[in-house]
Amino acid sequence: MTEVLTEVLNALLLLFLIVCAIAVAQIRDMLSAVIVFASFGLIMAIVWQQLSSPDVAMVEAALGTGVTTLLLIAAISKTRRAE
Amino acid sequence: MEDQIVRITSRLVTPFIQVYGIYVILHGHLSPGGGFSGGAIFGASLVLVALSFNLEVGAKQISHTTASVLESGGALGFVVTGLVGVAVGANFLANRGAGFPLGEAGELFSAGAIFIITAFLGVKVASTIVTLFYNIIEGEEKSGDAH
Repeated sequence: MTEVLTEVLNALLLLFLIVCAIAVAQIRDMLSAVIVFASFGLIMAIVWQQLSSPDVAMVEAALGTGVTTLLLIAAISKTRRAE
Repeated sequence: MEDQIVRITSRLVTPFIQVYGIYVILHGHLSPGGGFSGGAIFGASLVLVALSFNLEVGAKQISHTTASVLESGGALGFVVTGLVGVAVGANFLANRGAGFPLGEAGELFSAGAIFIITAFLGVKVASTIVTLFYNIIEGEEKSGDAH
């Protein structure tokens, strides 16, 4: 039972990853795209954890979700928000 | 970008992020994580403060010059720790051969040189992220002396 639930969770996470990846490329508003990219990084961190590499998951959560989002928002605040 | 909700939330959350970052750096030889992960977490908290308040508040915490000095100091500390092994007569980055106290396995203050190196690496990575942020923000005004 637990294995089935884990498989379902993994499938849902991967589906969400694909949806996020497509959405980042499609969204016109820069700030929205950055926020969707942050959620992509968060789900990616959980996927790394499911692949039993907590070290990479920690770096992904800190760098992919935290620092990248902050730097991209800083870049947006220096430029225009719309594409 | 001045927003009440963002400011109050970041003020509440920042101490916890910083304590967690220091925890990850100090437990680098015992648990997942280490200098790179912990330094990234700690640096992100400093950038968060500078971004949600303004640059003056951020510079009060850690200025661009301080971050640059800490960045170079972290790398220098790493190399000096490695050279201790050469000075004693063992290899570069030697641990037990250089006479670092190994302590008891599983304790916080153990693993000799690895503990020191992880601490220097954390300082280096955290200040590198702050320097990256300041270089992006101040890029246009001070393009002359950008490092």
